[in-house]
Amino acid sequence: MSRTASALTPALAAALVLASAPARAAWDLNLPPPVTPLAAQILDLHNLILWICVVIFIGVFGVMFYSTYAHRKSRGYRAAQFSHNTRLEILWSVIPAVILVVMAVPSTVTLIEMEDTTRSDLSVKITGYQWFWEYEYMDSGYSFYSRLSTPREQIENRAAKGEHYLLEVDNELVLPVGKKVRFVLTANDVIHAWWVPKLGIKKDAIPGYVSEMWAVIEKEGVYRGQCAELCGKDHGFMPIVVRAVSAAEFEAWLGERAASAAGAAETVTETVTIHPGAAVSDVDSTVTVGG
Amino acid sequence: MASIDTTVSHDNHGDHAQPYGIMRWLTTTNHKDIGTMYLVFALLMLLVGGLMALLIRAELFEPGLQVLDPARFNQMTTLHALVMIFGAVMPGFVGFANWQVPLMIGAPDMALPRLNNFSFWILPFAFTLLLGSLLTADGGPASGWTLYAPLSVQGGMGVDMTIFAIHMMGVSSILGAINIIVTIFNLRAPGMTLMKMPLFVWTWLITAFLLIAVMPVLAGAVTMLLTDRHFGTAFFDPGGGGDPVMFQHIFWFFGHPEVYIMILPAFGIISQIIPTFARKPLFGYDSMVFATAAIAFLSFAVWAHHMFTVGMPLAGELYFMYATMLIAVPTGVKIFNWVATMWRGAMTFETPMLFAVSVVFLFTIGGLSGLMLAIVPADFQYHDTYFVVAHFHYVLFSGAVMAMMGGAYYWLPKWTGHRYNETLGKWHFWLTAVFFNITFFPQHFLGLAGMPRRIPDYALQFTEFNMVSTIGAFGLGIAQLLFVYIVVRCIIGGERADARVWEGAEGLEWTLPSPPPAHTFTTPPKIA
Amino acid sequence: MSARANKALTAKLAVVVVAMFGFGYLLVPLYDLFCEITGVGGRTGTVTESTAALAKADVSRDVTVEFTAATAPGLPWEFHPLQRKVTVHPGAVTEVFYLARSKSRRATAGQAVPSVAPFDASRHFKKIECFCFTSQQLAPFEERRMAVRFVVDRELPPAVHTVTLSYMFYNVDAAAAADSTATAAATGEKT
Ligand code: HEM
Ligand SMILES: [Cu+2]
Ligand SMILES: [Cu+2]
Repeated sequence: MSRTASALTPALAAALVLASAPARAAWDLNLPPPVTPLAAQILDLHNLILWICVVIFIGVFGVMFYSTYAHRKSRGYRAAQFSHNTRLEILWSVIPAVILVVMAVPSTVTLIEMEDTTRSDLSVKITGYQWFWEYEYMDSGYSFYSRLSTPREQIENRAAKGEHYLLEVDNELVLPVGKKVRFVLTANDVIHAWWVPKLGIKKDAIPGYVSEMWAVIEKEGVYRGQCAELCGKDHGFMPIVVRAVSAAEFEAWLGERAASAAGAAETVTETVTIHPGAAVSDVDSTVTVGG
Repeated sequence: MASIDTTVSHDNHGDHAQPYGIMRWLTTTNHKDIGTMYLVFALLMLLVGGLMALLIRAELFEPGLQVLDPARFNQMTTLHALVMIFGAVMPGFVGFANWQVPLMIGAPDMALPRLNNFSFWILPFAFTLLLGSLLTADGGPASGWTLYAPLSVQGGMGVDMTIFAIHMMGVSSILGAINIIVTIFNLRAPGMTLMKMPLFVWTWLITAFLLIAVMPVLAGAVTMLLTDRHFGTAFFDPGGGGDPVMFQHIFWFFGHPEVYIMILPAFGIISQIIPTFARKPLFGYDSMVFATAAIAFLSFAVWAHHMFTVGMPLAGELYFMYATMLIAVPTGVKIFNWVATMWRGAMTFETPMLFAVSVVFLFTIGGLSGLMLAIVPADFQYHDTYFVVAHFHYVLFSGAVMAMMGGAYYWLPKWTGHRYNETLGKWHFWLTAVFFNITFFPQHFLGLAGMPRRIPDYALQFTEFNMVSTIGAFGLGIAQLLFVYIVVRCIIGGERADARVWEGAEGLEWTLPSPPPAHTFTTPPKIA
Repeated sequence: MSARANKALTAKLAVVVVAMFGFGYLLVPLYDLFCEITGVGGRTGTVTESTAALAKADVSRDVTVEFTAATAPGLPWEFHPLQRKVTVHPGAVTEVFYLARSKSRRATAGQAVPSVAPFDASRHFKKIECFCFTSQQLAPFEERRMAVRFVVDRELPPAVHTVTLSYMFYNVDAAAAADSTATAAATGEKT
């Protein structure tokens, strides 16, 4: 598509692309189909407030456009001279307030749920760098970098653009479906933001600070997103790809990856000093360095 | 300007010898001259910023890098915003205030005329510095107009030039604001009580207070940035005990009132135009004043709605969500009042009215998308996407800029003594309104589909709407050349305008001849 | 109206402007205070050994504390926790270790900045002793085991089961760090 486009005049190219677009079905008008309960709730919330806004809009501007049609001087309409109506003014302050409450209730419910990161099944630490991501499975310590894999030639228009142009990486983040994944975010240099629309989560990754969010992915598949906070020159080139697989597949994948990484790395053994009164269980004292 | 020129020299009562030519403009202390200079400057900046926007849109026409490399792209988005906000919208409104506030309250001039001259002449220097940053080795500022640390700490000398430029713009608008407040408080004609002031004057009074409250805070924030960059402080550096998130809090403490600084005077202009062409008094004057004040107060209490994704304790997120939603109530009151003013009027639709009606209509789209952005869980999806870009262009372009265009058509006959070409004016309106929507409406869809803002290149599924948007942007840009042409023609000549200009016009400015002599209301008018 | 009145009002407004500029700077300590109270930014608390010893552990509750670490660009160190997580009872004092290793041929110094997630937990995460209280200097290629002694206080909201403690080491000037350490320790660095 864009190969032909660059050869033609922009307008012609546009006509071509626009005409052929239905075949590519890329005229998406709404949020993408959700694959987590949170994303689904957000979509419902979005649709609700959108339709409330549309109805208000049609109501108000129905009145206004009727007026611009009917109350024209050219139709011989004589101007009334009223300039107050206390009842009306109270009414149109109170009704919007009530509508706002109607919107606020489901928003609050969803928000409370979004902020509840407790009782997670696994933790993944996400670190933003200029301009790639690092993922670490906190329970095993296995970590890797994830970078854009789109070839330079495609970006510089010297090669045809692939299907997932700019939304493809060398190492995907693999996650199990049906598990509550808690993400711990931070950054190494400047602020980034980790966002996968279909998961319904976006949060800033801030150097020096950790923050959290969570997701339960309900459907296996590949979900793509991008950095959503301007982080410098290649901000547009640090995509996110999540591959959601079954829990068993995930365990197998992680076990294999972590084992081969651990084999290559140096292992330090330490004991944890426990002070009187501290009951310690599940102390994992083996730390993999440089994984 | 030629006509103003001659009037000034004719009506110069020899109180002080007026210099001619360039010296006249350099040294003028006349509010009308200074108003003209502000407006011309704003128009120029609108074109400069517009050119940058077209570069951005050209790059985004299709996937792949074609026009700008990523570093330049970021500099363009940053400078586009800074030029538009501090160069076009704010000085534009100050220009309107300079011309109109004294005429509307029956004052002979601004209260502090020499300061007035100074505050204008800072601007060309500030913007030379700002735009000059593009020529430095590392290029201009590239951290977005929000200048978030630590990204803004990374940039080169261009960032320092930007910081100094912002200081200068800040000084300029603070001085301008002080002047407007003093003028309104001290120079009203006898009988012009506060609650008799035209709404444009009211909105500017409140805006001026917002300016003196928040521009110094911005100055503080960028000063901290400067000392962090060069003088070893660590306000925003966690390694030194600072916090990058604090920059965002300070910035938005300025930033949210700032967006109202950019819209309240627009509300004022609309509130002058609609009654004129509806031939009916403004509906709910008192509640308009009250709503404006309420919006201004609330604007100090909602800043963190720009930072929901930063992460805040639940209570904080809930508070900022509710407070932001609350702003919709006074904003709604204004919109209802405008519609009620039109209701059962006897309307005609000359160009200013076309602009005013479309501002009400299109601004409301932006207001409603703002309401959606206030809903925190949904904002997690919208934040930093093209949905936000669409939102703020609906409030800023079809709100602030189109209101100024409407205001220009409304008062140009008064200022120049000539009528502009009505047919061309209507053409300009329709081209602007249509191309504006072609440019920005699709951006809502892009944002929802997942396109982040501030990226120079994008995935293939965003292609179609980006192409539509770019085509719209070029149409919108070209349409503004028509505006320049209409304005220039109107200044040079045209059908003579009488004092009242518009059949339904009410207010002191319409009692003066068109164009008004250089010195007006030297003896205060009588207010009925 | 008179020029006097104009001058007077201008002066008043100028005072407002100056005050607001000052207010911008006042936001810095206000923000710190705000963070301290709300736990924004993951600021942790401190507590003395003796106070901590007074509290009794709430053995009915288990809280998992995860550890993670990072080094800022410009600091040639390797830095990581020596345990991935521990499970503790609120009120009980626990000591854990981090390891830092310099990869530099010169003497280097770093300042660690702690952060705790979630916000609800950060105020209740109290350090008794921490390598982040002062800056740390490492000789060329030196390796150092560093302790954090902490207590998760009993007021930790019941919903919280997992707490993440993260440290990021920032580069500080080695020479300057050497003589500022003492003062920092005395004044009690922000933790
Ligand atoms: C009903 C009133 C409004 C509400 C509820 C509202 C709400 C919001 C919210 C919540 C955001 C943050 C979106 C995000 O980044 O995720 C936002 C962004 C923005 N709004 Fe509004 N808004 C309103 C009116 C206005 C007006 C009148 C203006 C200016 C004339 C304006 C200009 C902006 C700008 C420039 C941004 C983006 C700033 C940036 O990140 O660069 N808004 N608005
Ligand atoms: Cu980024
Ligand atoms: Cu805002």
